[in-house]
Amino acid sequence: MMEFALASGIGAMTACGVYLLLRARSFDVILGLTLLSYATNLLIFSAGRLAVGKPPVLQEGLPATLANYTDPLPQALVLTAIVIAFAMTAVTIVVAMRSHSDNGSDHVDTREPGDGK
Amino acid sequence: MNHLPILPILIPLMAGALILLVERRGLLPQRIVAWCSMLAMLWVAALLVWRADQGGLVVYLVGDWPARLGIALMVDRVNALMVMTTALLATASLLYAAGGWDRRALHFHALLQLLLAGLNGAYLTGDLFNLFVFFEVLLIASYGLMLSGGRGLRMRAGMHYVVFNIMASTLFLIALGLLYGMTGTLNMAEMALRVGAAAPQDVALIRAASGVLLVVFCAKAALLPLYLWLPETYSRAPAAVVALFTVMTKMGVYAVLRVYSLVFGQEAGELAGWAWAWLLPAGVVTLVLASLGALAGRTLRGTVSYLVIASAATLFIAFGLQTAAAVGAGLYYLAHSTFVTAALFLIVDLIRRQRGATADRLETAAPMGSATLLGLMFLVAAVSVAGLPPLSGFIGKLALLAAVPPAQVALVWTTVLVTSLMIVIALSRVGSQVFWRARTYAECEAPRPPQRVEVAACVLLLAVGVAMTVAAGPLLRYTQAAGAQVLAPSDYIEQVRSTTPKKREPSP
Repeated sequence: MMEFALASGIGAMTACGVYLLLRARSFDVILGLTLLSYATNLLIFSAGRLAVGKPPVLQEGLPATLANYTDPLPQALVLTAIVIAFAMTAVTIVVAMRSHSDNGSDHVDTREPGDGK
Repeated sequence: MNHLPILPILIPLMAGALILLVERRGLLPQRIVAWCSMLAMLWVAALLVWRADQGGLVVYLVGDWPARLGIALMVDRVNALMVMTTALLATASLLYAAGGWDRRALHFHALLQLLLAGLNGAYLTGDLFNLFVFFEVLLIASYGLMLSGGRGLRMRAGMHYVVFNIMASTLFLIALGLLYGMTGTLNMAEMALRVGAAAPQDVALIRAASGVLLVVFCAKAALLPLYLWLPETYSRAPAAVVALFTVMTKMGVYAVLRVYSLVFGQEAGELAGWAWAWLLPAGVVTLVLASLGALAGRTLRGTVSYLVIASAATLFIAFGLQTAAAVGAGLYYLAHSTFVTAALFLIVDLIRRQRGATADRLETAAPMGSATLLGLMFLVAAVSVAGLPPLSGFIGKLALLAAVPPAQVALVWTTVLVTSLMIVIALSRVGSQVFWRARTYAECEAPRPPQRVEVAACVLLLAVGVAMTVAAGPLLRYTQAAGAQVLAPSDYIEQVRSTTPKKREPSP
């Protein structure tokens, strides 16, 4: 059940992200990228398999196999990915705002289709 | 322990940080630090090439952790060559920027050093996630370099470039998550073993994940459906920066070569070399389309951008043949095409500034200043990039054509020779339009001649090309050995596994 919930969550977020990404507005595109990065983070997290109540640190008396522990590496990877996605979102927002103020349009091609400018 | 392999990452990283500190004191300290770092990097790159040419693979364990737990750096002939190429290219770019661009672009020197740290790290790393991190480092620096001082339409091109690359990075992460979930490791050599030993029901998912990874690298390398971002971005970026960007497409090609000959190479069981069967035809079609693009170019920089795509496509053809001789010829062509396309971007920028309001549009303009000097440089670069004798482009293409296995001769020979002819036609059209057709306007005043350092940067790149022609024998021997090395993944796996930490107790 947990796997199903996580998988459909990832799927729904990816779908929304791709939909927003394909809209031709800078703001929507940035939101889409953010949603996609959330979905990706969950996906990486699930690469370590879902486990409840298991520690990621070795303990005495417990054999060091994945049956007794959570894989700590995906958590470290997700942390890196979150930081990078955060920085990238900031960069995109700055670029989008500058493009908007310079070119006078929020459209990703800086003009509406059929505008003929 | 010999710390040579990590120096190409550390030197620019430290220099970048130092430049940020001295930025308030004006331009001179920044330039001094940048040049010291550049000279140190050239020296280290030469040492790396010398060390790699002794044969064998150098494995460096970062933090002395065993390779399957920590991050390992690997030095072989291929990435030593890439580090050397990048260092030479960056020297020319720095020289060109000294003509005044670094005064106008905010943080130019710091960003350039960080870009170099990212590039060198991406070449040297033997860990897939670390490759992702270094890709991000170089991309963030490249956003800054491309956009600094930009406004108007350059911001639009920048927005497209940033969004496209973030999308590619997201796909990269998805592929990494899947691959880690299936194999339980991120070290390339270790992953190669586990992919080879994968259970039959897992093979399909691993293939899908490696396909996603291939899309990411091909997007960076501007292969067939994924090259549309490149001409616009490269035409709008400043010249000193775009000269360095020419190596970033090659970075994508290098990543494909590394991952798909090591992780999904001969040791990969059912998935051995599956990608190359796709990449060869994709390279052929891209080459044809890029040559058509060069023929149809309406601006100088647009035409040169298509030449960059054409050179990356030629590399995919060479690597797709998967023989030591073809990969070796491809590596020679890689270094050559990086230098010559960078030189063309710099020369075209000088030409553009001599043509007043016409800039780099291919229209008739007033007679340009310094036409002899610029024309000569353009001629040398054009002969070299089109693959005409006697310069390095000819030797690269000759070595490639000689290395084609009989089964693919018809396809590859026809494509490479016909597209070379198309590129010759495109460049003659550009040259005659720019240099021979001129109309005198009343109002035109003589533009300022190009500065000496800027010309020196172009001459440096062309001279490297000439040196590659003169030293073609030893260079080709080196790249052929590199080709043989990169196609034998078992040596890498053995070497990475047998390198153990020096000081740390081996963990259970």
